[in-house]
Amino acid sequence: MLKFIIRRLLQLIPVLLGVTIIVFSLMHLTPGNPAHIIAGENAPPETVAQIEKRLGLDEPIPVQFYHFVKDAVMLDFGNSWRTSLPVTTELWPRFWVTFELAVYSMIFSIVVGMAAGIISAVRQYSWADVTVMLVALFGLSMPNFWLGLMLMQWFSINLGWLPPTGWGSPEQIILPVITLGTSGAAVIARMTRSSMLDVISQDYIRTARAKGLKERVITYRHALKNALIPIVTVIGLQFGGLLAGAVLTESVFAINGMGKLIVDRILARDFPVVQAGILVIAVVFVFINLLVDISYKFLNKRIDMD
Amino acid sequence: MKEEIILDVRDLRTSFFDDEGFEIKAVDGVSFELPKGKTLGIVGESGSGKSITALSILRLIAKNGKIAGGEILFNNRDLTKLSEKDIRSIRGNDISMIFQEPMTSLNPVYTIGKQIYEALKIHQGMDKEQGKKRIIELLELVGIPSPEQRMKQYPHELSGGMRQRVMIAMALACNPKLLIADEPTTALDVTIQAQILELINSLQEELGMSVIMITHDLGVVAETCDYVAVMYGGQVVEYQEVKELFKNPKHPYTVGLLNSMPRHDVDVDELEPIKGNVPSIKNMPKGCRFAPRCPFATELCVTELPKLDRKEDGSEVRCWIYSDKWDGDPEVKVRNEERTS
Repeated sequence: MLKFIIRRLLQLIPVLLGVTIIVFSLMHLTPGNPAHIIAGENAPPETVAQIEKRLGLDEPIPVQFYHFVKDAVMLDFGNSWRTSLPVTTELWPRFWVTFELAVYSMIFSIVVGMAAGIISAVRQYSWADVTVMLVALFGLSMPNFWLGLMLMQWFSINLGWLPPTGWGSPEQIILPVITLGTSGAAVIARMTRSSMLDVISQDYIRTARAKGLKERVITYRHALKNALIPIVTVIGLQFGGLLAGAVLTESVFAINGMGKLIVDRILARDFPVVQAGILVIAVVFVFINLLVDISYKFLNKRIDMD
Repeated sequence: MKEEIILDVRDLRTSFFDDEGFEIKAVDGVSFELPKGKTLGIVGESGSGKSITALSILRLIAKNGKIAGGEILFNNRDLTKLSEKDIRSIRGNDISMIFQEPMTSLNPVYTIGKQIYEALKIHQGMDKEQGKKRIIELLELVGIPSPEQRMKQYPHELSGGMRQRVMIAMALACNPKLLIADEPTTALDVTIQAQILELINSLQEELGMSVIMITHDLGVVAETCDYVAVMYGGQVVEYQEVKELFKNPKHPYTVGLLNSMPRHDVDVDELEPIKGNVPSIKNMPKGCRFAPRCPFATELCVTELPKLDRKEDGSEVRCWIYSDKWDGDPEVKVRNEERTS
């Protein structure tokens, strides 16, 4: 097991290197000289050259890349071109806000999605099943910014129950989490249903019944554990989508998260912040997938990792 | 000299309903008795309803099916009338079942020890320590070497034969009075088949269980059973003692089955298959279900379904030839003379 985890961690190195190359290239493939942007439109060439030198932009690209990677490993992404603050100082608090939003939304998706999926599967073709699947289809088809606006309209403006913007207090958390978690919950519900239905018709479920076990025990102990693998895969993939969806949700609810920060800084051409933000998202995504892979090993003893 | 009957199935009927609500009568008139401590074979081709009969006894049929009629008297309690809770306390306890596919009948994500322990816990309230002792005892009983290591293994680490032994150990966990074996050897290699059958036989003697052996293989019946019920098209067509069945089969279908089976005690040049096919379950003949394939069929056979008639010797047969209404050749001999040994 430990050997497996270490090997998977080593495998992450080329993946992360690839991500770094792409992120780094962003700056150099974008038209316009960053030094010009910083110096302003009408700056004299000497100032531009000076800025280029300060930022190391006059060096050959491979050398620049080397410095970028070296600093990134030390979590040093330089200073923002807009605010001159260290990128980490700007990014870190924002990252935690987004991370919280993503984790709460994920929990919401998993709890609601799996509960609904199990009910659907156990009572296939019942009104409960039909209702769950209709709601899931609705949740899946709805863009989350629109859902966010609708929730805000009903619960904040019409009913006045919950605050329409911000992040921090429990009341402020509810609407963004529902907004961001709904499509995930829908996907997980559908996957749980089909996976459970598949498992319920297996021979070993009949064996469990022949043993005299209660339906509840059969559903949760014998069926669910077998049904979990595809569900966990979907959960892992959802998390990536969640980080992307967070950008929209943060904009709708005016939450100062990383998503909003990245969008703002893309518009402002503040590349160090954008690079660092994308890199952080990529790293989180890669690690979530590693966790998913590790959980397979616990879920299915037949998967041979070594 | 009436023996004690442990299981008495009377006119069992089990139906399934497809999406359009069309009724499919998978089991349509099954009766047999099983004396205590004996083995009953249920023989028939695929689709004859033998597995559904077995599943009906424990009420394990799928959601879209139900027992439409008849009685299943187990120690004089009608299993069809028990509450869900009561039938659960019988499953895996008084009546156990083993299945055709040992490869898929065990849950892949739990150790075999844990899967056996479940039955011990719910029916006998054993704690982990007692359970462990009993599991080791059971695995030894079914001939699994080094049980203490084995019980910690997962099903995929075991061969098919070993898995079927585990299934048997699981079934025997609570000392059942009746063991239902649904084609327990069909999916196994021939050499393993013999071992498993021998194991079931010896365990039966050791533990005094009654056994229902479901199979399509008359060889298995000859080796293991005391009584046989032959099924065709969801009905029992003949019920006999095993020796009598092989010596003196009554129903033309039974004769056909015997003739199409290779035997080593009689020198036969060619096997004689039964002509035609098993009728579709959705489109059963109106009269005797076997009439379209029966060499003796008459007008009566095609139009009217014969009853399962009990003879003085306790045997039962569902065929017009043995009734007073028979309209064919009164001298008809169902047995194929050339093949009598």
